[in-house]
Amino acid sequence: MQDLLRRYGTGLTGAFVLLTAFWLLVLIVLPNFYLLENSFRPYLPRVDMGGPLDTYSFDNYAKILTGSSPTEVFGLTVTLPVHVKSFLLTVGYSAFVTVLSFALAYPLAYYLAKIVQPKSLPTLFLLLFVPLWVSEVLRSFAWFIILSLKGPLNFSLLGLGIIEAPIRWIAGYRSIIIGLVYTYVLFMLFPIYNAIQSLDTNQIEAAEDLGSPWWRTHWRVILPHAKPGIASGAVMVFMLSAGSLLVPVLLGSTESNWFTQVIQQWMFEAADWNTGSAYAFILLVLCTVFVSLVMRVFRVKLSDIAK
Amino acid sequence: MSAGIDLDDVCCDFGSFRAVDHVNVAIQPGEFFSFLGPSGCGKTTILRMISGFTEPSSGVVRIGGKDMRGQRPNQRPTALIFQNLALFPLMSVADNIAFGLEVRGIDKAKRRARADELLRLVDLPGAGDKMVSQLSGGQKQRVAIARALAVEPAVMLLDEPLSALDLKLRQHMRAELRAIQKRTGVTFIYITHDQGEALAMSDRVGVMSHGRLQQVANPRDIYDNPANGFVASFVGENNILAGSVGAVGQGFASYDTPLGSFRARMAPNTGGAVKLYVRPEHMRFTAEAQAENSVPVTVTDVAFEGNFISVHALSENGTNLVAELRNDGLGNTPAPGAKLHISFDAARAAILPDETAAEA
Repeated sequence: MQDLLRRYGTGLTGAFVLLTAFWLLVLIVLPNFYLLENSFRPYLPRVDMGGPLDTYSFDNYAKILTGSSPTEVFGLTVTLPVHVKSFLLTVGYSAFVTVLSFALAYPLAYYLAKIVQPKSLPTLFLLLFVPLWVSEVLRSFAWFIILSLKGPLNFSLLGLGIIEAPIRWIAGYRSIIIGLVYTYVLFMLFPIYNAIQSLDTNQIEAAEDLGSPWWRTHWRVILPHAKPGIASGAVMVFMLSAGSLLVPVLLGSTESNWFTQVIQQWMFEAADWNTGSAYAFILLVLCTVFVSLVMRVFRVKLSDIAK
Repeated sequence: MSAGIDLDDVCCDFGSFRAVDHVNVAIQPGEFFSFLGPSGCGKTTILRMISGFTEPSSGVVRIGGKDMRGQRPNQRPTALIFQNLALFPLMSVADNIAFGLEVRGIDKAKRRARADELLRLVDLPGAGDKMVSQLSGGQKQRVAIARALAVEPAVMLLDEPLSALDLKLRQHMRAELRAIQKRTGVTFIYITHDQGEALAMSDRVGVMSHGRLQQVANPRDIYDNPANGFVASFVGENNILAGSVGAVGQGFASYDTPLGSFRARMAPNTGGAVKLYVRPEHMRFTAEAQAENSVPVTVTDVAFEGNFISVHALSENGTNLVAELRNDGLGNTPAPGAKLHISFDAARAAILPDETAAEA
């Protein structure tokens, strides 16, 4: 703070502080607080707002437990409330998207950080970034076309003789998973790339020199070093996937219902912002709990991720 | 257990740059061999070719007589100690040492026992459960040695492992390394740019410059009988005089310089450009002119270095000569301004091929 004052003077420093405070308070804290407050109040006609019916309760939160849908899980039939099922599927598939992103990003990150010639790095990074120049909406529509039944993907696979009949890609949650992995894989790639890049190459060579095969060098030396990067990438991909609305809306099938779509339905189709807010907070809180639990299991501390 | 190493006409090119240029050397089993040279002379490349991280562009590396071409580092009987040690910071000391055994599928209890045994060997008993970051520089050094010894290598390769330590510790670790080498009987190949280190520890030293092996000999011969001007200058100080060779005979030759004519040793078939090299500690001062190799000088500067005194003197034609006198406590050091004669024995001076140009 002293340093800022000395460097930029009172006026500019004050402006920085005010802008940051404005951003935090007006654009983040207040709207969230407004939603939180509303989530505890009933959805009432205009005239009843502030009247005797307008009392705080958990009724909106409890709505998630209403309605039931029998679901087949590993041969067992479980009856779950519709929205709980949607929530569990969202968390489960987001975790799957995270694992898939890791499986794709780790080898690529290792390749970029340790194998590729430094002089070809800028070109490779450019190739990775170029798709981001196109808006997310357009990219998702592009995938809709690629994955459609008579689209380029099936056409190519049929042409190459890999499949005999076209695959219905936009079915269940398949296309959502593909779209989410595509959209968020870079959020996994870069933290892992940074982590692996900071590993002293001598450590990899030392392991090999001591007789270690490549997979054990990864398991014992490179992966443990990259763990904070993997953790921050995984948290980002998971949270972004679970919170994504665009991809499930554009690439979802008739059978899929992402939890964000449920929130959206409450807010914009039922015009019930109170219940929508309650659902949004359920998603936020439970996802945070889930992430914390997974971090506990993998022994990752919050301070590791912040590095 | 330990194995010899043959470098058979080994070259290594990086693009158009030749890092190692036709190196031939046979290192004996159980020998402590040092490659000595300035940075960029190719010594680390040699080490990486022996350990398998770099393949020679031509020539053959043999370990224990076996051709190592196409063998990955994890298939070679070598263990490398890196300049920065490259200990695994996320593993305990014992896990670091036992890593090579873990790789070989040895069970946990045996690994731990072996790690503790090696920790005693390197004089760090009971440090197994510490983390690497809790150790001092010298202790890390020992752990790196133990980790390399754990895989029972036939050859230990050491890449300037002492360069990060302070002077006292460095001298201590020199003796330690030497003792560990004698105890284990493993062939040690040591890379350094520190001539003191190379001379003090090695059975033989190979002096390198610009990818070429300039001389391979025991430390005494390297210092006393350098093969050329580069070796003489890199290993120790010299007064270097330029001139031309006169009469030659019986291992000696006369050498004419603007400072006068001198007599010095010269190997029989020395050719090309030569210079006269005299070590400062072989110079002495006398009041009277001596029969040969004597120059009248004025003392210009006396630098006290502790165990010796460095005396700078100027000849009549303006050549600067340096003598190092032992600080023997007798107080017979010349004073600045003194007019004396500086002289040296013909047997202590050498006419050598001039390769200082190559060193740059």
